[in-house]
Amino acid sequence: MDLPRLETILSRYEGETWDLIPVLQDIQDSYSYLPKDELQVVAERLNVPLTQIYSVATFFKMFSLIPKGKHQIKVCCGTTCHLRGGGRVAESMSHRLGVEVGYTTKDMQFSLETVGCLGSCAQAPVVMIDDRYFGRTTVDKVPKILKLYK
Amino acid sequence: MPRFESTDHLREYRRQLVAKRDPNQTQVMVCAGPGCLPMGSEEVAAAFREEFEKNGLGAKVLLKECGCHGLCAGAVRVLIRPQEITYQHVTPEDVPEIVEKTLKEGQVVDRLVYEDLHSHEKAVHKGEIPFFKGQMPIVLRKLDVIDPTSMDDYLAMGGYRGLRQALLEMKPDEIIDAVDKSGLRGRGGGGFPTGRKWRICQDELEEPKFIICNGDEGDPGAFMDRAVMEGDPHAVLEGMIIGAFAIGASKGYIYVRHEYPLAVRRLQLAIDQAREAGFLGKNILRSGFNFDIQISRGAGAFVCGEETALIHSMEGNIGEPSPRPPYPAQAGLFGKPTVINNVETWANVPEIINMGADWYAGIGTENSKGTKVFSLVGAVNQTGLVEVPMGTTLRQIVYDLGGGIRQDREFKAVQTGGPSGGCIPAQFLDLPVDYDSLQSVGSIMGSGGMIVMDTTSCMVDVARYFINFLYEESCGKCTPCREGLKNLLFILDEIIHGRGTEEQLALMEELCDTMAAASICGLGKSAVNPIRSTIKYFREEYLAHIRDKKCHALVCRPLLKYTIDPETCTGCLACVRECPVGAISGKKKLPQELDQELCVKCGLCYEACQFDAVHIE
Repeated sequence: MDLPRLETILSRYEGETWDLIPVLQDIQDSYSYLPKDELQVVAERLNVPLTQIYSVATFFKMFSLIPKGKHQIKVCCGTTCHLRGGGRVAESMSHRLGVEVGYTTKDMQFSLETVGCLGSCAQAPVVMIDDRYFGRTTVDKVPKILKLYK
Repeated sequence: MPRFESTDHLREYRRQLVAKRDPNQTQVMVCAGPGCLPMGSEEVAAAFREEFEKNGLGAKVLLKECGCHGLCAGAVRVLIRPQEITYQHVTPEDVPEIVEKTLKEGQVVDRLVYEDLHSHEKAVHKGEIPFFKGQMPIVLRKLDVIDPTSMDDYLAMGGYRGLRQALLEMKPDEIIDAVDKSGLRGRGGGGFPTGRKWRICQDELEEPKFIICNGDEGDPGAFMDRAVMEGDPHAVLEGMIIGAFAIGASKGYIYVRHEYPLAVRRLQLAIDQAREAGFLGKNILRSGFNFDIQISRGAGAFVCGEETALIHSMEGNIGEPSPRPPYPAQAGLFGKPTVINNVETWANVPEIINMGADWYAGIGTENSKGTKVFSLVGAVNQTGLVEVPMGTTLRQIVYDLGGGIRQDREFKAVQTGGPSGGCIPAQFLDLPVDYDSLQSVGSIMGSGGMIVMDTTSCMVDVARYFINFLYEESCGKCTPCREGLKNLLFILDEIIHGRGTEEQLALMEELCDTMAAASICGLGKSAVNPIRSTIKYFREEYLAHIRDKKCHALVCRPLLKYTIDPETCTGCLACVRECPVGAISGKKKLPQELDQELCVKCGLCYEACQFDAVHIE
């Protein structure tokens, strides 16, 4: 376990029970998942039962208990994206990367997920890779987009 | 940025700031809003920077990457001041020409200006574009003027004037009276009168009190709050500080969904600036009032847009709602009185204080005052953010502002209110949009998403989409919502697969009655709206799926059949590469064949084909 890394995160907070979600968010951002050993330490420090931590970690969509890939692909399946073929874009991504939606490629390069709405509805269908947005994505644009990250 | 110790100091600073600014300063405003960012506005801004450098214009021209310009259909948009020339669909390659022709020679680049789809008339200036006529920007007013990272820009536009007035010239009661009188109602969906909510909280004796800004804009199809948080973050802060002073709160939180990383960065910067300037912290503007704001990031749960669920998640728990009363205004965060308002509601507050409650109450309809921002998206020609007075009709929004339906198709419905709203058919196009009228036709205002649908959308599929969304997002705490959604989804799947019965339609309506009556929170109670409204207005579409096993909009996969036309197929193999199940085969440059047994009807071949050789029946 990388204790100094975890200590840096914990030092930003006062150690109250309501710091749980921000602490987990920082761990998720830093480690790309919530490692078991780290959660044990968080439970002790914040005085929160480990069961509650797992309850929170499995309730919210941004948390993952297994490592995520280097790049996070979010295919928007909000209403407008759904109507304009966001689902097909997700399928095409899945097919080209050889990974199911919700999973990570074997080489740990890409995690593919669909999300509720990214808030760029005028450019539907929208894809977000890490912090970058791609608007009006169609199936034929998928290889070009993926190429930028390969 | 100085720390403002008094109102005179602030006034003097603002005076000097405005005096220093040349009204004829050339400004290039590149839209970096939710609609333009995905289309490459960062690249366009970088191209301008490079071109200014090359031409030695860096000192003469001001480049701003600003908030949403509104008309997202023309992304990337560029606005040039003081001439107010607007360009659309700008790419980095267009930038040298804009610099050369417009900035140096004062001419308009004709090919980049707005052109009406039907009349082919061109419009160079913002005010001439039909999309902007009939709009009344209050909340969106500053978005294409200010640099969201500059507090000076906000101050120069009269920012924090409302706060100054509230803090030094008004008593808390007077502020609440003004908000009450303005008729402002919650813009997040519920439409509860804001002034009344504040009063309930003010009347509570328990201390401390809290303020929360709900920026968990979860409704798919809505992005106005994102645009405001990213484009005018100080307006949200100013509204919150005024509200906190009115109810006597000492701490505020802005709850932003984690899908909006830029909004988080912009708000954090604005908070830091406001602290430095003394608008947040101890003894604000020497009024004796102490207040600070902190950002709380959402962790990805739609239900957290519901206020009690949001509070539970801020306390470190899962986002399960709890029955009301007590309302958060009585017992909210950590059991203390808490006012929760949505982003747009907060952004309205400074304007109400500035311009007066009567002015605000003079806009809108009897029971819905002021303006509302809508994200007009879907099958309209001109998509984007619009802000119109309450009472504007759907027809005006869809046809006058939105420029009608794409490819002159037929209007089918407009979906408002996100998953809690309904689908409004063509017969109600002349409905004046306000809280009550939308409710009367089985939908809700919601946060302001307005998704227009044409004949290519299947209403059964739309209902299934929302029920599936809610099924995945339901927290599972109460039985009517958890089990109701599961069963609705099951029935809808049966219908979509051509296995549905007419009895099931009645059963769905019965399930809806139970869910509406017995669910704990708004998610379950309003989840029935997509079902009820589509069954009521589009029953024949359900019946076509049930009786004829047909989806006329060609959406529901199990009822479709894909074929490849040997006459038009060129054998380019684009479809073969795309097909996930290997159902398409044939030699290169020869017509391909599609194996119906293997086909999963995903439609990837249809989309990949450049020659329209893939047909759907």
